[in-house]
Amino acid sequence: MSSALGTQVGHLARRSVVRTFRQPAQVVPALIFPLFLLAVNSSGLSRATKLPGFPTSSYLTFALAVPFMQGALFSVMNAGTDLARDIETGFLNRLALTPLRGGALLAGLLAGTVVVALVQSAVYLLVGLAAGANLASGVGGALAIVALSLLITLGFGAIGLFAALRTGSGEAVQGLFPLFFVTLFLSSGSLPRNLIHTDWFREVATYNPVSYLIEGIRSLLVDGWNAQALELGFGIAAAIAVIAMLAASSALKTRMVRT
Amino acid sequence: MTADHPASIEATGLVREFKKGPRAVDGIDLHVAPGEIFGFLGPNGAGKSTTVHMLTTLLPPTAGTALVAGYDVVRQGPDVRRAIGAALQEAALDPFLTGREHMRLQTALHGLPPDVRIARTTELLERVGLEDAADRKVGSYSGGMKRRLDLALALVHSPRILFLDEPTTGLDIQSRTALWDEVSRLAREDGVTVFLTTQYLEEADVLADRVGIIDHGRIVAEGTPAALKGEIGRPTVEIVPCAATDREAVADVLGRFGERAGASPKGVAVRLAGGEGQLADVVRALDAEHIPLEHVQLHAPSLDDVFLAKTGRTLEGAGDDEEAVGQVTGETETVAA
Repeated sequence: MSSALGTQVGHLARRSVVRTFRQPAQVVPALIFPLFLLAVNSSGLSRATKLPGFPTSSYLTFALAVPFMQGALFSVMNAGTDLARDIETGFLNRLALTPLRGGALLAGLLAGTVVVALVQSAVYLLVGLAAGANLASGVGGALAIVALSLLITLGFGAIGLFAALRTGSGEAVQGLFPLFFVTLFLSSGSLPRNLIHTDWFREVATYNPVSYLIEGIRSLLVDGWNAQALELGFGIAAAIAVIAMLAASSALKTRMVRT
Repeated sequence: MTADHPASIEATGLVREFKKGPRAVDGIDLHVAPGEIFGFLGPNGAGKSTTVHMLTTLLPPTAGTALVAGYDVVRQGPDVRRAIGAALQEAALDPFLTGREHMRLQTALHGLPPDVRIARTTELLERVGLEDAADRKVGSYSGGMKRRLDLALALVHSPRILFLDEPTTGLDIQSRTALWDEVSRLAREDGVTVFLTTQYLEEADVLADRVGIIDHGRIVAEGTPAALKGEIGRPTVEIVPCAATDREAVADVLGRFGERAGASPKGVAVRLAGGEGQLADVVRALDAEHIPLEHVQLHAPSLDDVFLAKTGRTLEGAGDDEEAVGQVTGETETVAA
């Protein structure tokens, strides 16, 4: 990365982080909501661990992977609505009149989102461990969980940017949130896929990429170092990130039509 | 563009069409000299902002050519952007950042060295009178403060040409006047060429060296404000008698001084053939006929009259501003009778 590009990315990332932390409505729900659901589910569904074949005796450990996904879902909304607001207010035009490179804009916004996600991931993990969850893969596993979580956030954040660039509307981006939440619901977030008894649900969860993202994080908590789960988790997260960033780059060219 | 007097902005046959819409800009020609303040006046939807977007490289023209700072806006966009600064229609600011943080971001994106960034930020914030508010979030700024920050942001890289798209819309008169002073100073002392769009007659009249009037995407008049008003001709005087029954008598008297012109329902107006100097004669003649008068108003030609003459209608939504023109420029004198 050239120094000019690095400067542009750094300043845009800094702006993204600063504005996010100055909006409690963006930060607090992304921290509290997933942890609240974790507390409710891990107490209410603890008897699921009695099912034959359930991979752990701690539902908290099993469910701790889900907040990382929920945090990533918030990143779709936050990154997308921030960019949509820039489009609506004309701030994007201001940026377009500088020597800013399009790639730097996307990278800066995503870097800011990833920094926020780093804080979220650390909080989820520390709270989960403090509440009694296991971490079978040790300290290295904690780093791997954070890394996978950031990669997932990168991909989901890029989807948010793509939606903002295509629609130019914060409301349209926010409309994505329920859709993503359904994909989370129709995954292996609550039960291992092999223990889902309803055929159609198991089928959908098997084809749902979100299942493999959750299982990648979960494997580090429950199993230790499971190469297949990690390959699938990191591979699918990377694929989502690459595809979403390419789509966002293409949408940016259409949106920022400077000559 | 001529070799001995290169224009800052030169456009020929500039056109912008939108899908399923009329031509927003319909073949305009522009020539703006270096250091000039060019006022681009027109009602809402006339094509002012579309023109600015094309000249600032944010919108490719459908047809025609435009050179800004000597660079083609289509083929040399990055060179154009390096030479220009722009404050577009809405003050595009992030309410969660402070004024200083905006400046820091803008100076960095323009590639100023780190030590220069701080000095330039301080200098510009002082110049626009925002040094005390520099560390407050922009969300708490007034409209005038936002516009001043917008101007400062447009100036961080010392542009040769400045585009201001309706910079004073919605501002109170004090903020408006402060911005006018700064724009004038930029042109006069720093030699910056200013392309200013406005729907305020007074703004174009007070600030601009030359004015282009645009309507329905076409330039309908262009020249200095004085020359444009001179084209329209003589001032009008309007008389409102105390009694409505005296209107005919007033019309008879005024008929000696010039041709009839449009007036309010209670009044009679004529265009003074001999100019403003005839006002005293008019009052004396009416007094000689013992006609009690309620109101006498002398109205010098304004840019709105120019617009009316060229398009057959007044500037949309400019009724209040027309009154303000008189107050600011002294063009309209009201005499209590």
